Parts: sequence; structure tokens; C-alpha cells
Amino acid sequence: MSATEQIKPAIKTALTAAGEGKKISDFETKFEVRNLRLKYGKDEALKGISLQIPKNKVTAFIGPSGCGKSTLLRCFNRMNDLVDNCTVEGEVLLDGENVYAPKVDVSELRRRVGMVFQKPNPFPKSIYENVAYGLRLQGVNDRRTLAEVVESSLRGAALWDEVKDRLNDNAFGLSGGQQQRLVIARAIAIEPEVLLLDEPASALDPISTLKIEELIDELKDKYTIAIVTHNMQQAARVSDFTAFLYMGELVEHADTNVLFTTPGSKQTEDYITGRYG
Amino acid sequence: MDKLNLGKHISGKFSAELSSVMSKVLAMGGLVEKQLTDALMAIQLDDKELANRVLSNDVNINELELDIDSACTRIIAKRQPTASDLRLVLAILKAISDLERIGDESERIARVALKSFNKEQEHLLVSLENLGQHVLTMLRQVLDAFARMDEDAAFEVHQQDATADRQYEALTRLLMTYMMEDSRSIPKIMDVMWSARSLERIGDRCQNIAEYIIYFVRGKDVRHASPELMKSTVQGR
Repeated sequence: MSATEQIKPAIKTALTAAGEGKKISDFETKFEVRNLRLKYGKDEALKGISLQIPKNKVTAFIGPSGCGKSTLLRCFNRMNDLVDNCTVEGEVLLDGENVYAPKVDVSELRRRVGMVFQKPNPFPKSIYENVAYGLRLQGVNDRRTLAEVVESSLRGAALWDEVKDRLNDNAFGLSGGQQQRLVIARAIAIEPEVLLLDEPASALDPISTLKIEELIDELKDKYTIAIVTHNMQQAARVSDFTAFLYMGELVEHADTNVLFTTPGSKQTEDYITGRYG
Repeated sequence: MDKLNLGKHISGKFSAELSSVMSKVLAMGGLVEKQLTDALMAIQLDDKELANRVLSNDVNINELELDIDSACTRIIAKRQPTASDLRLVLAILKAISDLERIGDESERIARVALKSFNKEQEHLLVSLENLGQHVLTMLRQVLDAFARMDEDAAFEVHQQDATADRQYEALTRLLMTYMMEDSRSIPKIMDVMWSARSLERIGDRCQNIAEYIIYFVRGKDVRHASPELMKSTVQGR
């Protein structure tokens, strides 16, 4: 085969990437949201959102404050149940099953769909116990199993090398960036299928931020990831698909490469280029 | 410049930076246009002084290119432009390198104007006029289209390059006949041939700039696209 022929498929891929971009429908769906409406009292925070979250991809949610992106993220593992006066209509399907169906075990749902918040929230325990916590809750007490899971989770969260010699130190002694990775390790210790990240790097310094971003890229092979971020450059860097929300409505949901170079909607364009909407 | 929408950024400084770069590009375009006009004029009027002026003015264009280049680098580093802002910066970076090369080609033409042609050879220079005027019109129109980011006008200029190519071919055939008739005049004819080549290249560069305009407005890269695809892109289908 000549060099030109060898290179042809690469050129073709490059051309497709430059053109229309990846289609969400070409990937296996992990989450499907159907006409989701959410009210806090009388205020409608989500006004009929429908979208799909592809499996083993990173989907970023961007939009101005109050657009509903965090609210939407919290619907994926029913964190909004904890909010008073919150009513939800529509469906959120995880592998085809509605997570709002009455028979759903919410703790089990939250095991499958882990969440990491803006401020790192380690427990006031040792580094080791923080990661082992979820497993102990599930009744796992075998020391060898726990040690294995703690190590693999800390490795998965790119923290092992930094903490392996002080696993029994209090987690509060870690830096903010390390604490956030510890929380991610805690989340992946119980083998979730989906990771929800609510502004995971907004309280971190630039280097820790890059480490988290690097980590997200590694984690997507094993997990489906949905991330809410105020940092548009971050969304552009880490995600495969980006959804832009505005005033509780989904404006555009597309391949990140396309959305940040040639957005389809004027509203998206104005938002990502920093113009008045 | 209404398509550029530069005034609407929340950061007024960003808007100011972008419009300052844009006005420098337009200034550079103006200089390049003047260089080509003067170079053609120097040939037509056998004006050696004007030709020398073209040679010494090229440095201004080069300086502007460097200036705009670093301004764009600063914008990318500090503002991380996206969507139409990003496309604008990229279109500018590419357009100025084409403009700089048009400046170089004009300089090359002016060098021919500095050479002495005897009475019998003067008609050779006259043969450059048609192609020269056609290409100059293309340059004017494409600069105008760039200032307004007018994709229809850009498409129009793009189509005109075919005429420039035809004129260049006809001219080459004519010059070859002269070479065959009188081999002693070949060095002079080669000079004219190179100028014709320069003009033809300028046409191609105008075509490039037209493609950047369409890229900015429509967000689609139309380089190496068929005329039909380019047309439908311009019409937004």
C-alpha cells in the first residue's frame, strides 16, 4: 500500500471532523432526558429539556448563572429530592429505565451515578477511610479487598503517588486540588457508571485544575461523565459534547469542536464570545 | 463592519483590541493596493523613480505584517477567542500573509520597470496592462469585501480569477511566439513573463483572501471546494 493510500483514512477523518462533527445519535446513550420540567415552588427552573448523554463520553453543560445547568445535573441522581417544594415532570432514563419511577432505590441510583461538588468535601477521617467509606457502607470489611480498592481508586484519581506514604493522615491535611481528587477517588471506589461533576475545578488553582482535567480525560474510558462548568475554556478542553442552557431551556447541544468554532445558534455565539445576549 | 459585531463584547477592551487589529489590516490592504497600482504605473509610464519608491515602501508592509501578527498572538493568548472571534483572528492571520506576498510580487514587478527596454521591446510591456488592470480590480474588490465581510462579493472575486488565468495563458503564448521570432530578446521577454507570473499569483492570493472571508462569515472552510459547493455555502444552504 502506498503512503498516500495509508494516509487516506486519516485525511477522511480529519475532513469529517472539520465539517459537521460527531453526532450524538451515533453513540450509545447512557442517559436520556425527555421533556424534563422542574419547579422550585412556582419558579420553573427547567422548561422542558430533552437530550441524550452518550456513554463513555464527556458532556459539558455551560450557560450563565441560574440557567439550570446544575439543577439539570442534579436530576441525574435525584439530588433535587432533598430540596423542599421541588417538583419534577418528564423522564430521566438511565439505560432506558426512568430514575423517577416509584420503585427506584435512590441509594442504589446514587451508587451508579456518583457526584463531585464544587468545594471538595472529604470526611473528617483519614485518607484511607475516606476512600473505603462507601465500601464499608455496602458491608465490605475484608481488609485485603478494601486495601486493593483504595489503591486502585487513588490510582484512578491520579492521587496514589502523592499520598501512598500517608494514607492514615487526616484528609483535611491535603491541598484543595488533592482533596478534590480524593473525593473523585471516593466516588469511583464504589464503581459508579456515571460521574456527575458540578464545577469540580472552580475552587482550585490552575495546576490542580489541569490535573483534574487530565483525570477527566482518563476516566472517560470507564465512566460516562457529565460536567457543569462556568469556565468555557474548560468545557472546550475536556468535553466531547457541549450543551448550552439559557433560562432553563436547552439552546444547543453539539460536538464541542463544532460548538466552539461554528455554533449553530446566535445565542450560543453571543454567550461563548462574551457578547450581550 | 456590522457583520463583525465587534462593539458588543462585555469586555470593551477586547472589542477595542479586535477593531484595532482590523483597522490595521485595512491599512495594510490600502498600502498593498497602492504598491501594486504604482508598480503597474511605473511599467506603463516607464517611471524609474516611482519604481524605486515601490521598492523602498515594501518595508512598511512587512512591518505592519509583524505588528498585526503579534497583536493576534496577544489576543489568542489573553482572550482565548471562540466562534466568530476566533474565525476573525484566523482569517486575519492568513489574509495578512497573502497581503504581504502580494506586496512582494508588486516589488518584483517594480524591479522589471527599472530595466531599460528599447523602442522595439516596449510593446512587450504594454501586453501586461490588461492582466494588470484585471488583477488590480480583483485586489480592490477583495479588500472591499474584507472590510465589510461580504461573502457574496468575495465569491464574485473568487470567480474572476478564471479570467486572470486565461489572460495569463494567452500572454504566455504570445511571449513565446516573440521568443521564437527573435532569440536575442529572450532575456527581456523573460522579465515580462515573470511579471505576468507575479500578476497571476496575485490573482490567486486574492482568491485565498476571498476564501477566508467566506470562512469567517459562514464558518465553513471552502478552500479546495468545488465552485458548486462554494456557491451553496455562500448562499447558506
